[in-house]
Amino acid sequence: MDKKIIYMDHAATTYTAKEVVEAMIPYFSDEFGNPSSVYSIGQSNKKVLDLARKQAASAINAQPDEIFFTNGGTESDNWALKGAAFANERKGKHIITTSIEHHAVLHSCEWLASRGFEITYLPVDKFGMVSPESVEKAIRQDTILISVMYANNEVGTIQPIAEIGKIARKHGICFHTDAVQAVGHVPIDVVSENIDLLSLSGHKLYGPKGIGALYIRKGTRIQSFMHGGAQERKRRAGTENVPGIVGLGAAIERAVTHLPEEMDRLTDLRNELTRELLKIPATHLNGHPTKRLPNNTNIIFEYIEGESVLLLLNMKGICASTGSACNSASLEPSHVLTAMGIPHEIAHGSIRLTIGERTTAEDVKIVTAALKETVEKLRAMSPLTPKELKNVQ
Amino acid sequence: MYSEKVMDHFTNPRNVGVIENPSGVGEEGNPSCGDIMKMYLKVENDIIIDAKFQTFGCGAAIASSSMATEMIKGKTLEEAWTLSNKAVAEALDGLPPNKMHCSVLAEETIHKAINDFLVKSGREPWGDGECSSCGHDCDTCEL
Repeated sequence: MDKKIIYMDHAATTYTAKEVVEAMIPYFSDEFGNPSSVYSIGQSNKKVLDLARKQAASAINAQPDEIFFTNGGTESDNWALKGAAFANERKGKHIITTSIEHHAVLHSCEWLASRGFEITYLPVDKFGMVSPESVEKAIRQDTILISVMYANNEVGTIQPIAEIGKIARKHGICFHTDAVQAVGHVPIDVVSENIDLLSLSGHKLYGPKGIGALYIRKGTRIQSFMHGGAQERKRRAGTENVPGIVGLGAAIERAVTHLPEEMDRLTDLRNELTRELLKIPATHLNGHPTKRLPNNTNIIFEYIEGESVLLLLNMKGICASTGSACNSASLEPSHVLTAMGIPHEIAHGSIRLTIGERTTAEDVKIVTAALKETVEKLRAMSPLTPKELKNVQ
Repeated sequence: MYSEKVMDHFTNPRNVGVIENPSGVGEEGNPSCGDIMKMYLKVENDIIIDAKFQTFGCGAAIASSSMATEMIKGKTLEEAWTLSNKAVAEALDGLPPNKMHCSVLAEETIHKAINDFLVKSGREPWGDGECSSCGHDCDTCEL
């Protein structure tokens, strides 16, 4: 009950920061007015939305009227992909994306393919990196949309977004990036990086769940996704989630304010964690060694399976995640790891640790020791472990 | 997600290890599917007097190996042969639907180990039961 939890799964979700919750609370019961109403308790909430829009916009160097609130990253991705596809279908029906996108993008693409669109899934290198050259080569006369994630949720690799943005702009093609893992974690500039559409989410940056936004650069051709009232300048109908939007704005502003110091602090801790874990024999780092999210490490432990590692870590109060098939309903290992050319048999032994604001050097030490013990225990049981790695019989 | 019994057998697995000069050895599964079981049997007068296992896999695979080896120890070969995956799963107070194949793997591994013993001692191997495969096409497995 009193056992301390060491949470190293911030890429899955973050807690909502105390000050963010405090900022939200008045908007549930006291300031409950509908922003579309004419009386003052409604109108005052409209102002609150404007403030959150400004907070979100300034985090990515956008204009406030280019921010459209949604219910989260998945909705933003669906809107971006489907909205841009159908708005441009007279020009062409070809979309370029990558093989390592989040399922919100991949499955939207699959659905679009069933509606007559043609999708090119670009490969990645062994670090999970897309090459800008491959993007340019894939462009055709009928290409209408390029969607490349800013940073990968599993292995943390940060994509060459500015270079891809430049290519997209040169060819006059709409460029979307799923930046759910990146906003508030690394600096982003939609202007200099030539981004037309960007998805972001509240609960990955210490904001609440169920709120996100889509940045739509002025002049971008995109259809509405939710039809109904005139909210979000008639582009995303539905009464606004005022407390959620307030929380998102507060969380983004907070994240951006602390960004440079927090990036350095997390990078140091993450490097320490990675270095220590790689001392365990038969381990490999997944993702790019340096071009990666400051909070992400992802390591393969050969000869063992990830779910069993997570279960043992959980008993020690440590929360992490895995790309193993045994952790999914599909029984297929992570599509990201397989796209990187990692063989299935070792992909099962991948563990993702994503640290956060509350992570301390002490936590890193505890997790390192716990993982060493766990790996040894499971390797002693595994028929695959070579004799020289078994010190227990 | 898992019963207390599964967690008990996963965290304190019984019969982990290798039997030197075993009477029979069976291995089932595929590393690319994420689980491999290997079982070692010591047989005397057609009775399994000892069983040990090594498993690469998830919590359910390890717990199934542990429970299955417990259940066949002291049993005749015929009794051990008829141990069904369902009986292993039930003894563990159930397994999640997508983990039932782990109990199938245990049943299959026991069959392989018994047949290895039979063949080694110059006897005919026994035929497979209802479920004849695992490690492939788990999605369509209805067990």
